[in-house]
Amino acid sequence: MSEFLVFDHVTKRFGALTAVNDVSLTVNKGEFFSLLGPSGCGKTTLLRMLGGFERPDSGRIYLEGRDITDLPPNQRRIHTVFQNYALFPTMTVWDNIAFSLKLAKKPKAEVEERVDAILEMIQLSDQAWKYPSQLSGGQKQRVAIARALVDRPQLLLLDEPLAALDLKLRQHMLLELDTIHDQVGITFLYVTHDQGEAMSLSDRIAVINKGKVEQLDGPANIYEAPATRFVASFIGDTNFFSGEIAAVDGDYCYISVDGFPQIKAFNDKALKVGQKIDLSVRPEKIRVTLSPPLPEKGASINVFPSTVKDIVYQGVYTKYWIESAGLKISALKPHSRFLLDQEPITWNDEVFVWWHPDDGYMVEAR
Amino acid sequence: MKGNPLRSRRAEWLVTLPSFLWLALFFAVPALIVLAFTFHGHTANGGVGEWSMSTWRELVDPDYPAIVWNTLRISFEVTVWCILLALPCAYAIARMNARWRSIVAGSIMLPFWTSFVVRVFAWKTMLHPDGWLQSCYIVWLRFREWLFDWLPAFLREFLVWIGAASQGRVDVATSTILDSEAAVVLVSVYSLLPFAIMPIYTAAEKFDFALLEAARDLGAKSFYAFRKIFIPGIRQGIVSAVLMVFIPAVGSYVIPQMLGGTNCVLIGNKIFMRAIQNRNIPHASALATLMAVAVLVPLGLAMWWKSRQDMRDRKRIETQTARLMEGGAR
Repeated sequence: MSEFLVFDHVTKRFGALTAVNDVSLTVNKGEFFSLLGPSGCGKTTLLRMLGGFERPDSGRIYLEGRDITDLPPNQRRIHTVFQNYALFPTMTVWDNIAFSLKLAKKPKAEVEERVDAILEMIQLSDQAWKYPSQLSGGQKQRVAIARALVDRPQLLLLDEPLAALDLKLRQHMLLELDTIHDQVGITFLYVTHDQGEAMSLSDRIAVINKGKVEQLDGPANIYEAPATRFVASFIGDTNFFSGEIAAVDGDYCYISVDGFPQIKAFNDKALKVGQKIDLSVRPEKIRVTLSPPLPEKGASINVFPSTVKDIVYQGVYTKYWIESAGLKISALKPHSRFLLDQEPITWNDEVFVWWHPDDGYMVEAR
Repeated sequence: MKGNPLRSRRAEWLVTLPSFLWLALFFAVPALIVLAFTFHGHTANGGVGEWSMSTWRELVDPDYPAIVWNTLRISFEVTVWCILLALPCAYAIARMNARWRSIVAGSIMLPFWTSFVVRVFAWKTMLHPDGWLQSCYIVWLRFREWLFDWLPAFLREFLVWIGAASQGRVDVATSTILDSEAAVVLVSVYSLLPFAIMPIYTAAEKFDFALLEAARDLGAKSFYAFRKIFIPGIRQGIVSAVLMVFIPAVGSYVIPQMLGGTNCVLIGNKIFMRAIQNRNIPHASALATLMAVAVLVPLGLAMWWKSRQDMRDRKRIETQTARLMEGGAR
């Protein structure tokens, strides 16, 4: 399969700061691809290089086999949905959307047909003759997307498009974006610092930190099998246990952590005794109970007696902060059943935390 | 504060009353006095005479229509040059970082620390027939001549008709920039340019330059984005710049007096002459009134046209929306 979009060893510096450091990655055609990272990680610079607003110091960018590195923005069939929409305030919604078509000197009938069609798709036909200042945030967002999509670009860039919306609207727009992506079949490149947005929309995610790609994978793999300590901590919450391999037993190994009982974990990286390792265990994988698990279960899993230090009730789940042999562990308990028929765990209770060895994941050996 | 609307109306009145009084006392009343003077004769010792229509009858001077027209034409030229120069200036300043911005904006205002008359006098030296500006002027005249010959006949006739070009050939070799219309335009542009830059810059500073990126992103060339997005985006600033330049240009008399000689007499000079030299206040008042009418009538027409356009726009939006809604319901 030919590669659709390729970053080939791209580097960009701003003075002493290396915003993008030797990034190579490939995006497939039709994909919903996300660049995810904290602010200042270089993801926006990557996007701006694609848009043609920045030029890399070294490396090339290819789109469908063509080197686009040095093309000015107006010669790329790549459109951007800007974070603050950047709708033209002196034009109506209709004229905003028609902008690129008129520039391309499309016949009048075609312009009208396509603008009306996309207005219907974003369900704003009745707002067509309003000015952007008369629209709500969500409506502006949809107009910005329509404006960027109407002349069917090769690639659509979305720069934190939901950041300016409130939570409810954001969730609604997430679904809408997904639908639009399915409808138009154009490759979407989505930049965000919000792991929830990236996880729920993307086919694949590149997690970026300090100008480098830390991991490029599907959402589930990024969550369940984070490649680095950064990825594990940036995507969702996790507990880290730093120690070294004390013993290896078949597919499993035992990790000794200072002052803590040995932890059993699945040894997927085939590590040897003495190697240092960070073990990541997600809070929702950890069970918290007042009584220990049944003995036949307890033999093969990790069980540690602990003390509850803090409890935060969140409705869907309760979050526990637990101390065990000097380590702080966080755990989630989802409320799939009615809360009151269980014996409630309260502050300072002596409890047992336990998890299956397969639920711990060993990130980078050190 | 909630409360009875009558009371808040009264509060509103009270707040605006001082400025109303100010305007009435120092603008409306003097304007009416000037208007009233025009219906008086004048006395030999410079006073205002009896009620009479004699002043208006005197005004039928064959020189005046040409002078009024020249004043409007030159003011228009000055305005166009000012706006053309101010646009890139203001754009550049608005894109600078904060430090440079204050330095450059400050240096634009710097000339105002020197007396206006002194500055115009300095120009008199610069425009001396032995100076380099004289050489530039000769080149400019030759270029104009070449351009004029190259234009189609109807345009040439039009330019002669509006007074922007002369029928016969001017003797380029003996023309001097001092005491020419060009000198008046040049120095007027120089002195009024800050009044064009400042309002445009103020508007440009508030302009969201991401919009230009958006336009480029959607396929527009830089200049197209500048023309279609930037210019409409700072329209208010341009409108105020036009007024800030055009109105003083119409009333100017120091610059044409000192640099235009007999070749460029504007209405301001005539008013000055009638009021100070001829001591005929009613006549000067009549000229001023005439000029005000000549400026206000087109301005009023433009505003009326604009409001009609806006109304049409609103109607169009309503009908278009109705059409699209019907289409959606179908």
